[in-house]
Amino acid sequence: MKASLRVEDVAVRLDERPVLRGVDLCVRPGEVLGLLGRNGAGKSTLLRTATGVIPLERGAIQLLERPLAAWPRRELARRVAVVPQETRFPFPFRVLEVVLMGRAPHLGWLGFEGAHDVALARRALARLGIEALAERSVLELSGGERQLVVVARALAQEPALLLLDEPTAFLDLRHRVEVLRVVRGLADEGRAALVVSHDLALAARFCDRLALLVEGRVLAVGAPSEVLTPEQVERTFDVRVRVAAGPDGAPLVVPC
Amino acid sequence: MTHLSPARVAAVLAVLCALLAASVVVGLALGPSRLGAGEALGALLGGGGDAAARDIVRGIRLPRVGLALAVGGALSVAGVLFQALLRNPLADPFVLGVSGGAALGGVAVLSLGGFVGLGSGAVPPAAFAGAIATTLLLFLVAGPGGRLSATTLLLAGVVFNAFASAAIVFLASLAGLTEGASIFLWLIGQLGAARAGSLPAVTAFLALGLLCALPLARALNLLALGEESASQLGVPVERVKRVLLLATSLMVGAAVAVSGLVGFVGLIVPHGLRLLLGPDHRLLIPAAALGGAAFLVLCDTAARILLPGRELPVGAITALLGGPLFLVLLRRQQGGVAWS
Repeated sequence: MKASLRVEDVAVRLDERPVLRGVDLCVRPGEVLGLLGRNGAGKSTLLRTATGVIPLERGAIQLLERPLAAWPRRELARRVAVVPQETRFPFPFRVLEVVLMGRAPHLGWLGFEGAHDVALARRALARLGIEALAERSVLELSGGERQLVVVARALAQEPALLLLDEPTAFLDLRHRVEVLRVVRGLADEGRAALVVSHDLALAARFCDRLALLVEGRVLAVGAPSEVLTPEQVERTFDVRVRVAAGPDGAPLVVPC
Repeated sequence: MTHLSPARVAAVLAVLCALLAASVVVGLALGPSRLGAGEALGALLGGGGDAAARDIVRGIRLPRVGLALAVGGALSVAGVLFQALLRNPLADPFVLGVSGGAALGGVAVLSLGGFVGLGSGAVPPAAFAGAIATTLLLFLVAGPGGRLSATTLLLAGVVFNAFASAAIVFLASLAGLTEGASIFLWLIGQLGAARAGSLPAVTAFLALGLLCALPLARALNLLALGEESASQLGVPVERVKRVLLLATSLMVGAAVAVSGLVGFVGLIVPHGLRLLLGPDHRLLIPAAALGGAAFLVLCDTAARILLPGRELPVGAITALLGGPLFLVLLRRQQGGVAWS
């Protein structure tokens, strides 16, 4: 089966400490995979390993059916976009300028962005409902607004695969839903997304499949209703919970 | 005006070129003996006219203005590059101690070079070596990814500057250089026509630095997102850093070798230009070269005319302007507006 991201038996050490201990995972075109787990379970590490920022100790990573090591950096950047947990800006770039940075892998190093790039950047802003921020300096934005700008930057990259590390951590409910709806829409266009999240309800609502990561291993992966069982959630988060069916059938996890 | 177009770059650079030309005329006209703008230009370009004015303009002021142009441009561009690489608007070759390292290298050769057969020709390479050694030390302190806080880096710079000044005075005393003005020149920057012979070298280093930096300007923009994000957007981060640190050290080394410690130019000029033009490095880098050149010519002219009958070191002027600005920027940064 075709995979946008295939992680096979991946082990990673950070400062001698084993963080990932043999992870197998696959994200298919057209799907949103939610990655859940405790703080320190290795979710961010997995994302960073998938883009080559952290070296593998063991295992293999394939992006869009090609081994990670075989991708030239810029070519990969045209197809895979990453939204980190937080971005701090040292200089007062304007929002539109930041979103246009997503076009960089598609342009030569010397050229300037053209009308097509600006149109794509504006469309990305509109998709997230923040076109009004276009002319503002990123230093004046709230943490949540800044995060939306970084998501817009990733959209402007027009990636086939989107990796998001807690993209909604600083967002209010409306913007959380907005971001996940946009990601869902990208998947419906045939792209793929891996989303790290701490929001079980929204993850269950917007993801096709969920994966639970516990101490560097995948505990379970599958449809939200198969994965979010009381036993598995308890093993993952060390909290006793009840699971009810939400109004639209998605599982709703409630602490006991 | 949200994003950069070639037309905007051309328009801004044309305005800065005009400012630069105006500053050169001011620099040629003003001094202990005051000439009119037309008189100065006539003495520079025309064959006829007053022979004394020709001697002053061509023999004394022109070499000095040329030196100010090259040193000002080099220090400003070095400031922009340091700020982009360290992701901190407070980074400046002088504040971070890189200029101090270059001066220490230069003075070490001047005072001890005689014992190993090195003449004054070895001063620029030694200044360059001092600059690059300090830069490497700085990045070693900052750790991988520049994760250390701004405060720590600035502290490291302050301490290194104090160390470099002490070592310079120590070496100079050993070699008996404390007599006269030569040691003063190293500790607080000064431009003198006597050093005009080094103008081609400084200009060449500035050109080389610009040649390295301009093609990497967009990569520097992406670095503002963080090294990891820049890398995920296709920037070969480590290679960019290596090339630009080398370019910066060359420019700082060359500037310090001819002018000593002219401080804060790399802080004042990029800060002003960023306020006016925005932070896009495709415009900021060439603008800093032109704006920095004009700025130092004007500062040096002020140094020549502020006290009648005496000359101030230009480094005193730039430090008097730069010190307060640095504190304002530091205060704003601690307020959490920019970087932490």
